[in-house]
Amino acid sequence: MSLEEFKDRNIGTQNYRMLDLGESPKSGMEKFKQVVERSVKLELFTGLKVTFREMYKALFKKNMHTVKYPFEKMPIAPRYRAIHQMKRLLESGHYRCIGCGLCEKICIANCIRIDTRYDENQRKEVSEYTINFGRCIFCGYCAEVCPELAIVHGGRYETSSEQRASFSTLEDMLTPLEQLAEQSEFPGFGAISPNADENVKKTPLAY
Amino acid sequence: MSRNEITITIDGVECRTYEGEYVLNAARANGIFIPAICYLTRCSPTLACRLCLVEADGKRAYACNTKAKDGMQIVTQSEEIMEERRAIMEVYDVNHPLQCGVCDQHGECELQNYTLELEVDSQRFAIADTKRETKNWSSVLHYDAGLCIVCERCVTVCKDMIGDSALKTGPRGGAAVDKSYKQSAPKDAYAMWNKLQKSIIVPSNGTEYTNCSDCGECTAVCPVGALTERDFVYKANPWELREVPATCTHCSSGCQIFYETRFDSIDNTEEKIFRVKNEWNYVSLCGAGRFAYDFENRDVKRDATALKAAVEAIKGADTIRFGSMVSNEEALMLQRLKEKFGMKLYNPEARAFQKFLDAYAHASGHSLYPNDFREIMRECDFVISVGSKLRNDNPNARYVFNNIQKINKGAGFYFHPVGDRLVPTFGRSVECFEHRPGDEEAALYLILDLFADRKKLPKGVLNYLDTFHEKRKKTVKEKVMKEVVEKLLDKETGEEKEVKKKVPQMVEKEIEYEHNLLVERLGGDAENFDEIFAKMMKKKESFALIAGEDLFFHPHYENIAKLIALIEKSCSMKVVMTPPKSNSLGVALICELDDECEGYTIGYNAPGDFRLSALGDGDLDMPAMNQQEGTFVTMNKQVVPTNAALEYGGYELNDIMNELGMGRELTIEWTQELPVEKGFQCVKFDEMPNYYLNDGTEKRGYRLATIKRRASRSNPKKLDDSIVISEGDIAYRCNPPRQFSDFTDKAHQIFEKFALRASPERAQELGERVEVLFDGASIVLDVEADDRMSGDIVEIPDFKSGEDVISLFGESRYSKVTIKRV
Ligand code: SF4
Ligand code: SF4
Ligand code: SF4
Ligand code: SF4
Ligand code: SF4
Ligand code: FES
Repeated sequence: MSLEEFKDRNIGTQNYRMLDLGESPKSGMEKFKQVVERSVKLELFTGLKVTFREMYKALFKKNMHTVKYPFEKMPIAPRYRAIHQMKRLLESGHYRCIGCGLCEKICIANCIRIDTRYDENQRKEVSEYTINFGRCIFCGYCAEVCPELAIVHGGRYETSSEQRASFSTLEDMLTPLEQLAEQSEFPGFGAISPNADENVKKTPLAY
Repeated sequence: MSRNEITITIDGVECRTYEGEYVLNAARANGIFIPAICYLTRCSPTLACRLCLVEADGKRAYACNTKAKDGMQIVTQSEEIMEERRAIMEVYDVNHPLQCGVCDQHGECELQNYTLELEVDSQRFAIADTKRETKNWSSVLHYDAGLCIVCERCVTVCKDMIGDSALKTGPRGGAAVDKSYKQSAPKDAYAMWNKLQKSIIVPSNGTEYTNCSDCGECTAVCPVGALTERDFVYKANPWELREVPATCTHCSSGCQIFYETRFDSIDNTEEKIFRVKNEWNYVSLCGAGRFAYDFENRDVKRDATALKAAVEAIKGADTIRFGSMVSNEEALMLQRLKEKFGMKLYNPEARAFQKFLDAYAHASGHSLYPNDFREIMRECDFVISVGSKLRNDNPNARYVFNNIQKINKGAGFYFHPVGDRLVPTFGRSVECFEHRPGDEEAALYLILDLFADRKKLPKGVLNYLDTFHEKRKKTVKEKVMKEVVEKLLDKETGEEKEVKKKVPQMVEKEIEYEHNLLVERLGGDAENFDEIFAKMMKKKESFALIAGEDLFFHPHYENIAKLIALIEKSCSMKVVMTPPKSNSLGVALICELDDECEGYTIGYNAPGDFRLSALGDGDLDMPAMNQQEGTFVTMNKQVVPTNAALEYGGYELNDIMNELGMGRELTIEWTQELPVEKGFQCVKFDEMPNYYLNDGTEKRGYRLATIKRRASRSNPKKLDDSIVISEGDIAYRCNPPRQFSDFTDKAHQIFEKFALRASPERAQELGERVEVLFDGASIVLDVEADDRMSGDIVEIPDFKSGEDVISLFGESRYSKVTIKRV
């Protein structure tokens, strides 16, 4: 999509299919006619039938359709943007974030802050990383811009806690080391496209 | 050096420039962009990057070292040129670490920028990588050789501007470029690559450490993240810093700087200065400007009781003593206090300069020295420094002296009693005179003798100068060709032959020469001075004199002022002066200063009975110079503004004035009230610009007007030996480089200690700690060896105002002392 198309917010010119709902009744007579028509056709009972059928299934056939939240949770779509996760490198277990600060820069809510320092191995160490979730609008820009696939969105959508800072430090968001084996990639914005290899020009190597 | 205006055509656009100006500078001044990495304005071209390739009158040329000629036709883009440039950027990108994400330069990196600008989206070159180590060259320099593109900008600035020449290119030990690229790669890219593979930057003294002035200018000019300030490494990203245009207030150069601020950290959201940047093409900073930025008065609250106490103290004060690190507005407020309450105003360094300027105005007929440092750096090729410890006093005076040697192919005289090992290395034509302290007048007489148009000199002076010339005899060695006869054996015939040959031989000869007693008196080589001077004068057209602080703190300052006025009149020499401390010039113009400090004293950043202090240790807190707005007068006679980089929560001087019913709503409302009769203008603070144009034109505040007055016509006095110190221990009031005041001392990256400094030999004699006895007072100090000093004079710093060293020395910067080991 070119940027021009992207910026065109006039939906009227795009290819939406409109539903054929017919004319709305205008005069009092027409409205009365519509009510009678619907009652005679017993649309009300059609609805009730569905309700009773599902109630029967739930009560006697053990086929429940609602989720007993908070004891049960629905699986969430993989691209859903909830509380962030910080990923680790699979090989070394080291956090992936290099402290480039791009997420900090792009964040439109200005809610990311990173402390970095020069460590003993002459490397840039991320000494702390925080997101202020009181301000985050879950736009996903940080995940999209991150060159290391280090910060991504997770599925944790419950954001009530005693402390606003409860899940917003590096430690909170990092994959626990014991769960490193189960760490999965985020398929949302910023993820590598399946045909990435085709788009890369190879740099020659002298080895 | 003459500056003839000419016209050249760049890409079809007619550009006005000067004859001999580099095409690159001409293009920049006319708003035309030519890619260039290695060239630094005001320094010599190195031809390391070759990006600035253009076509000049149809031939390939490099814009940074091609001089403009009238009517020249320049093409900056052609297929061939673009291919070269793209290939050069590709070469730079070979094996360049993919670490922009962590690099301190990303976002302002010239390698990134030009790689994008020249549309490098793939790589065709390859070579085996070399291990290159990261090193800390000094307490402030961090060099990551892996990122270095060997543009040599650091080497160039250190040599041509700073004068330390502390860096050079060294062997890299890289693999040789594959010969097959000779065909496939464009010519310049291939040549540049070959050179690049061979070199890396190393300290030029052969050690691991630069042992230099630690000015940090090399870190500023580095186009990539290779050379950085140690303290800044991996701390913050350039683009999250807030840039505050300001003026450095540590010395009288008044360099334009940018404070870069950001919140301190996640835990501490207070704004903090992270580093200082400068427009390095037009202004060069010293170590204090670059590293002494965190001198702010932090965590100050409004303390109403202290304010009341201050107001009462001022009402009852006999003297207000203050340092020179005050803005013009503050100086004006102090002056108003004096006018209302009649107390004395005491600032010894500004007072000495004021008296000197007064004497100078009396002798010359104008209130201020006629020229400025920017002008002499651009135009002069012979520079003379009298009375400045160039390496320690004013960094920009030193840069100017050095730059004239390097870029204008200049020569220079350096008159100073304290021996220095760095100044002689500035150029081959630098002559140093280690004269006796107090003999500065002799130096000025020598200048008159050598440079004056004799027709313009008063008779008395002429006759006096003639008394210094004597005819003497000296023996010289001369080369003569002598004929000798040699016997040679002919190998074929076995016969001996006699061959006549001419061989050079040295013979001693006695000749008559003119012996200059002034040169002898000043410690110069009087016997050979004529030849030395003749060599120095070759092709020299424009002369400059830098008058330093020793001349203002001199028992005969009035006579010195007369001599300088006479030099100005008779020698066609540009004259500049270095005001002793930060805003000494502004204070000298605005305040009526007194000679003594008596009775109940208010000390403003100075010792006193009631102290107003921006150092956080006084009875009432004041904002430091990076926390307030105001204007300064620089040594270039420019009135420049500075802005507040950090917040300040306490009271300012203007609040005290308001309590006294004399204040303005804002401090900067005083700006337009600065005294017009002293040369200031009625300009609002907010209307003062503070930036440079592309051609280097300074757009900062306004220029002080010079006030004309009637010149008096009395001849300067003759030399007087009684004030010359010729024996015994001598102390010199002089700060180590990078230390100017309590404020530089407060900064965490300035490490120079408050200690007695001496040449290594002298330091050895003195031991670790000494007591220095002055007339009726003494001070105990640690001894530090300074391996760039020579001779026996010791330096005692005055940057801690609490120690009041300036009072120990009194009216001169030199003092006879007794030094005792303790
Ligand atoms: S999701 Fe958007 S608002 Fe939230 S941290 Fe990321 S960039 Fe900022
Ligand atoms: S963009 Fe990614 S790598 Fe960069 S600081 Fe943010 S999380 Fe770390
Ligand atoms: S020097 Fe420039 S190109 Fe190299 S890593 Fe740093 S930002 Fe990137
Ligand atoms: S350290 Fe920086 S300025 Fe010096 S040569 Fe390398 S890239 Fe150039
Ligand atoms: S800090 Fe200054 S003196 Fe030292 S190497 Fe760099 S430019 Fe030269
Ligand atoms: S700028 Fe001209 S060669 Fe580098």
